[in-house]
Amino acid sequence: MNAPAGAAGGVPSARHRAPDYAIDVRGLSKSFGTNQVVRNLSMQVKRGQIYGFLGPNGSGKTTTIRMLCGLLTPDQGTGTCLGLDILTQGRAIRRHVGYMTQKFSLYADLSVRENLEFVARIYGVPHADEAAREAIVALGLEGRERQLAGDLSGGWKQRLALGACILPQPKLLLLDEPTAGVDPKARREFWAQIHDLAAGGVTVLVSTHYMDEAERCHEIAYIAYGELLAQGTVESVVTASALHMWRVTGPDPAALTRELMETPGIELVAPFGTSVHVGGRDRAALDIAIARFAGREELVWRPDRASLEDVFIDLINRSRDNFR
Amino acid sequence: MKGVAGFLRRIGAMIRKEFIQLMRDRVSFAAMVSIPLLQLILFGYAINTTPRHLPTAVLAYDNSALTRSILAAIENTKYFSITRHPVNEAEAEHLLRSGQVLFVVEIPAGFERAVRRGESPALLVSADATDPVASTSALAALGRLVETSVRRERFNLDDAPEGSGLEKAPPPFEFRTHPRYNPAAVTQLNIVPGLLGTILTMTMLIFTALSVTREIERGTMETLLAMPIRPVEIMVGKIAPYVMVGAMQAAMILGAAVLLFNVPVVGNLALLTVLTGLFILTNLSIGYTFSTLAQNQLQAVQMTFMYFLPNILLSGFMFPFAGMPVWAQWVAETLPLTHYLRMVRGILLKGATSADLVQDILGLAIIMLVAMVIAVKRFRQTLD
Ligand SMILES: Nc1ncnc2c1ncn2[C@@H]1O[C@H](COP(=O)(O)OP(=O)(O)OP(=O)(O)O)[C@@H](O)[C@H]1O
Ligand SMILES: [Mg+2]
Repeated sequence: MNAPAGAAGGVPSARHRAPDYAIDVRGLSKSFGTNQVVRNLSMQVKRGQIYGFLGPNGSGKTTTIRMLCGLLTPDQGTGTCLGLDILTQGRAIRRHVGYMTQKFSLYADLSVRENLEFVARIYGVPHADEAAREAIVALGLEGRERQLAGDLSGGWKQRLALGACILPQPKLLLLDEPTAGVDPKARREFWAQIHDLAAGGVTVLVSTHYMDEAERCHEIAYIAYGELLAQGTVESVVTASALHMWRVTGPDPAALTRELMETPGIELVAPFGTSVHVGGRDRAALDIAIARFAGREELVWRPDRASLEDVFIDLINRSRDNFR
Repeated sequence: MKGVAGFLRRIGAMIRKEFIQLMRDRVSFAAMVSIPLLQLILFGYAINTTPRHLPTAVLAYDNSALTRSILAAIENTKYFSITRHPVNEAEAEHLLRSGQVLFVVEIPAGFERAVRRGESPALLVSADATDPVASTSALAALGRLVETSVRRERFNLDDAPEGSGLEKAPPPFEFRTHPRYNPAAVTQLNIVPGLLGTILTMTMLIFTALSVTREIERGTMETLLAMPIRPVEIMVGKIAPYVMVGAMQAAMILGAAVLLFNVPVVGNLALLTVLTGLFILTNLSIGYTFSTLAQNQLQAVQMTFMYFLPNILLSGFMFPFAGMPVWAQWVAETLPLTHYLRMVRGILLKGATSADLVQDILGLAIIMLVAMVIAVKRFRQTLD
């Protein structure tokens, strides 16, 4: 690992760039026992941006977010959050960061209002009860403020957790799968709110498994097996993948999928309703592979553009080859 | 037949699962091994219901060959161990009230001369009778054993033929025993104040022992740790409410002790209140420390129980403190209940003052500070 060298070089530039980066970390690594969960991860997030954090289950998203807010100590690496050192200024960082955990972690045996007031008081929000009441209105939880948080439905728990998170007016939001289990309408409202906050100067790092949410982010990062595989705007990530895609429609997509998977030159096969997405990075090889199906009258071939999902599946396929 | 097979298979699966879970929980396993072992050792080696070698002070105004041989005879009974030689009555009184000795033997001036003149003078023995178990058998042994042995040695009455009348001669001196504090030997007077300490130990420990592990188990710790709050602030915030709960319990038990069991309040109630507060805080701190050490709530409960056991057995609550071997007494000195029992019995029954209890107050305070420091140091500020 070249982390120590990268880390040493990263410090001065991190300081220099601190004003325009809300998150600037270099060479972060973290192991649990012998299991290295995050490898040499560097990430820069500009202030006021919405930054999507994607990756398969167990890829290290939660672990990375925990390192950013000081809940886990990185084994290696350095960096800043809001211009404050993540290794030494954890307390100051916590005052200005709102962290929404993946698992609901407000007090189930406190009411909605009591939870919000508790948060407001810990952060020293002036007029905590007033602030809590405003948050309840903003959340649309009026009339339910006396209900125990543990008795809320899953989606409402998520909304309450987000409300508690933004109540102390943090400058940086770290949201770990905030929309898991949230209905489409609430999800849309949630994203509208995130964009409002970002317009007001708040930086948002949000992990998600939803592709449509990734497309709503200013920039995204994709992590697999603890390694950051792609980073940038959705556009640039898709372009950088250099994937060429075809969409093929036919009578028996399941059989077709099996057949396509065994065809050399085709790197990516994804059934998609009645059609199948087929792709590869080597244009010539892909064309040759498809030419083999030329005689099959029942198949309709159309060129397509790579979706973000195609890109991620391709990335994880390739990184698996690297790690296994 | 098929139904039975399914029944057994499901039970088998359940047993297997439980067993795996049991073996995986190290602390539970340790508790299963150590609790019986602990009980065995404590009951087998440390506890003695006819205690010997009880600490005794001698206030000697007469130092002669006779008094020396009487003292030697007293120690030879094995019930007494002369540990202190106070110079005046005030000092002797302090030793008795603070619980440092259980007996004071006072040898009056001119004792030997009076014996020689056949005046049959009295040796005054004051006993701390708060715990009747500890003092009764020792006092009983005193007259019988000491007298015969002194007679034997000094007056050679051994050879006196049976029935010659000589051994029935009036004794050369007598013991005048004076059981103090609980002269009627009412067991409740000893047990009920002790219960105050025991009940407080159990309830206070359990309250805080669960406090941190509960947050970890429910996942709320992650949010709490991500907030700008210090470990000390979390600790004080979690302990403070229970000080009130403890004070309430203490008031209830004390009220019942006085009203139902006629326990006297000889000493200063304000002093008892302050020291009870100190004791409550100490137990809450220890419980909180367990909470930072345990992985889950079950472990916290098990730790509490493992800790409670020696408190009950060694503190002098169930069995006389003075009767235990020295190692057990040293262990007991590290337990808050030991100190508190001396305080509560001292104040309620003996009228002990803060000056009498200085050592125990210091002991409790040190235990509390150590527990708090460990708790704050051990408190994991991260999820590592
Ligand atoms: N406290 C821990 N002890 C041991 N291993 C851990 C711990 N926390 C996380 N891991 C391991 O680290 C890896 C990454 O976990 P992490 O929770 O960061 O993944 P994730 O990307 O958030 O996954 P998901 O999308 O499922 O939430 C997993 O293999 C997990 O088992
Ligand atoms: Mg996660």
